[in-house]
Amino acid sequence: MKIHEYQAKEILSRYGVAVPDSRVAATPDEAEAAAEKLGGRVVVKAQIHAGGRGKAGGVALVDSPARARQMAEDLLGLPLVTHQNGPRGQVVRRLLIERAMDISRELYAGMVVDREAAGIALILSGEGGMEIEQLAMSRPDAILRARVHPVGGLMPYQIRQLAFQLGLDKQQVQKAVEFLGAMVRAFIDLDTSLVEINPLVLTRDGDMLALDAKLNLDDNAAFRHPDIAALRDVEQEEPAEVEASRHDLSYVRLDGNIGCMVNGAGLAMATMDIIKLYGGEPANFLDVGGGTDAARVAAAFKIILSDPNVKAVLVNIFGGIVRCDVIAQGVVAAVEEMGIEVPLVVRLQGTKQGEGVEILKESKLDIVPAETMKEAAELAVKAAGGAL
Amino acid sequence: MSILVGKDTKVLIQGLGSAGKFHTQTMIDYGTQLVAAAHPGRGGTAWQGVPVFDTVQQAVRATGADASCIFVPAPGAADAVLEAAEAGIRVVVCITEGIPTLDMVTVKHRLDPEQTVLIGPNCPGIITPGECKLGIMPGPIHRPGRVGVLSRSGTLTYEAVDQLSRLGIGQSTCIGLGGDPVKGLDFTDGLALFEADPDTDGVVLIGEIGGQAEEEAARWIRESGSKPVVAFIAGRTAPPGRRMGHAGAIIAGGKGTADQKIEALEEAGIAVARSPAEIGERMKDALAA
Repeated sequence: MKIHEYQAKEILSRYGVAVPDSRVAATPDEAEAAAEKLGGRVVVKAQIHAGGRGKAGGVALVDSPARARQMAEDLLGLPLVTHQNGPRGQVVRRLLIERAMDISRELYAGMVVDREAAGIALILSGEGGMEIEQLAMSRPDAILRARVHPVGGLMPYQIRQLAFQLGLDKQQVQKAVEFLGAMVRAFIDLDTSLVEINPLVLTRDGDMLALDAKLNLDDNAAFRHPDIAALRDVEQEEPAEVEASRHDLSYVRLDGNIGCMVNGAGLAMATMDIIKLYGGEPANFLDVGGGTDAARVAAAFKIILSDPNVKAVLVNIFGGIVRCDVIAQGVVAAVEEMGIEVPLVVRLQGTKQGEGVEILKESKLDIVPAETMKEAAELAVKAAGGAL
Repeated sequence: MSILVGKDTKVLIQGLGSAGKFHTQTMIDYGTQLVAAAHPGRGGTAWQGVPVFDTVQQAVRATGADASCIFVPAPGAADAVLEAAEAGIRVVVCITEGIPTLDMVTVKHRLDPEQTVLIGPNCPGIITPGECKLGIMPGPIHRPGRVGVLSRSGTLTYEAVDQLSRLGIGQSTCIGLGGDPVKGLDFTDGLALFEADPDTDGVVLIGEIGGQAEEEAARWIRESGSKPVVAFIAGRTAPPGRRMGHAGAIIAGGKGTADQKIEALEEAGIAVARSPAEIGERMKDALAA
C-alpha cells in the first residue's frame, strides 16, 4: 500500500528521520499562508502516488507566497500525468510546501525486503535523484549494499563503512549513522515493504535530510498498523481495482480486449499468456480466489465488463477448493442479471465439473463451452476478433 | 518411494477452524495418516477420532507426529510454524495466505534447515499420490508414478498434474512451494531431493515472474542435475511493477521477467513449454528422449 510523501515524512520523522520544515495545503489560501509562515524560498510539491512529478511540472521552487498561491491554483483539483502513472494521471488534492534547502550533495538511500537472502537490504548511492533501477543497470558499482539483520538491525559500523566509502566527512558520517538507524527502525517497526529517500541531501549547514520520501506498507501487515492503513487514498488508485479489492478479488487492468476470470494467480497469468500465444491480448488479470461463491463471481463479471475494450470473456476454472457447479451458478446468475453482449467462453475442469457443465447447458444461455485450456484460448481469441 | 512424505508419515493439524477442518477431512479421505490436532484451548477433546492438544509439543510427545499442516490464520501463522519446528516436527506445511513478510524473515532466521523442512506459506501443500496428502490440492487428479512436480502456483499446478495424469504419467511427489517472496523450500532444495530419490525419473518445474528462484534452479540443474526437467514460466504477458495476485509475483527493478527466466532455463538445457497447455506433452517427450 502506498501513502503520500507528506504522510511518509510525518511518519518517518517520528522515528528521528530528519525532514525539512513544511506545511500541507489543500487550497490556494493555505498554500499562500504556508509559504508566508515558512518564509523565504519554498518548494511546492504536488502530492500524488507516482514518481516523475518534477519533470511533469508538479514540483517547483518559488520565491514568494504569491507564486506559491499561483502554483496551487494551477495544480489543485487537476490530474497530473507523469511517465509513471499512465495517460490519465492522478488528481492532485494536496500540496506539500517545504522550506528550500541549501544543498551541497544529493545521495540515495533505500530499504527493501531482499527475497533471495530472506532479509532486509539497505541500498546507498552517491548518485541522488536518479532512478535507482536505471543506475543499477548503467553503473552497478555506484550502488552500495548492507544487510539488515531482522533481530540486531543495522549496526553503526555497517553505516560507517558505506558512508566513508561515499566520501562523507566525519561529521556527515555521524549524521548518516543517526539518519539511517532511524530509517531502519521505522522500516522494521512499521512492516514496510519499501522505504526510499531520493534524494537524501547534505546541506551546507551540515545537516542530512530527506528531501523526498516514499514509504510502502506490506499489505499483509496492515492489520497490525490500522493508523497507517487508514491513510490509504483510493482516489489515487484505478477505480476497477479498488472495487475488486472490496470483493477480495485480485484484478489488474491491462490494454487488451479479452476479459479473463480465472481461479488462482498462477493459472490467471498462464491464461493471459496462452491468449497472447494464440494472437489475442488479455484485457485484465483476475484471480477470483479460493473460497469463491456465486456473489463473488457476479462481482468479478461486473468489473471485467466495466472495461469498454472487452470484446470477449474467457472463464478458466480449475476446480480444487472452488467447485465448478458454484462457478457455473454464478456465471448464469451474472449473465441473466447483466445481459452480457460479448461472447463468453467457459472452461470448467476439476471438482464438480459435470454438474457445472450441466448447469451451463440447462441455462440455454449463449455460452461457448471449452474442454481444455488450449481450446478455450483459441475460441476466445476468435470470438474477440469477431470470428465466432 | 517419494520425497518428504509417504504412507508412514504421521500427520498433525494446526488450526481447527472451518477451513482447517474442511481440508483435513479431504486429507483423511485420501488415506493420510492423521494422528493429532493442535489448537490452543481445545486440549483434551477429540476431532474425527484423533486427540486434540493445546500445544504442538504435547501432540508430538503423545503421538510421535512428524509432519504438520498449518491452517492457522495469518496473524498467528509464523508463530505456528516455529512452534512446530521447535517441537521437532520434520516437515512443516504452511497453507496460510497473507502472512506479513517480516514475520517470514524472522521465521527463516530461526528455522534450522537441517532439522525442519518448511513448505510454503501461501501454498497448496505436498502430496505423494496414493499415500499421503498434506494440503488443499484435489486428490483425485493425481496418480502414483515417477515424475516429481515443483511449483510456485496452486491451480496451475493442478492443471499440469492433470495433463500428466491424462497422458498416463504418474507423480512421485508434487510440491507447491507457495507464492510469497520469503518462503521455505525453494526450487533448488526440491530439485536436490528429487535428484537423490531413486524413484523419481524427471521433474516438472512451474515458475512465475518475480525473484531469482528459476535462475538459481537453472544454475543448480546445470551443475548438479542428471534427470530431465521440463519447465513452464507464468507471466510472460505481465506488466512490470504490478503485483499479479501472489505477493511474490512482481517484476521489480527490471528483474524477474519471464523471458529472463526462460532464457536461463534453456541455457541449462531445460525444455521450457511456451504454452501452459503443453506441460504434460513436453514431459512425455523428455521421458522418451
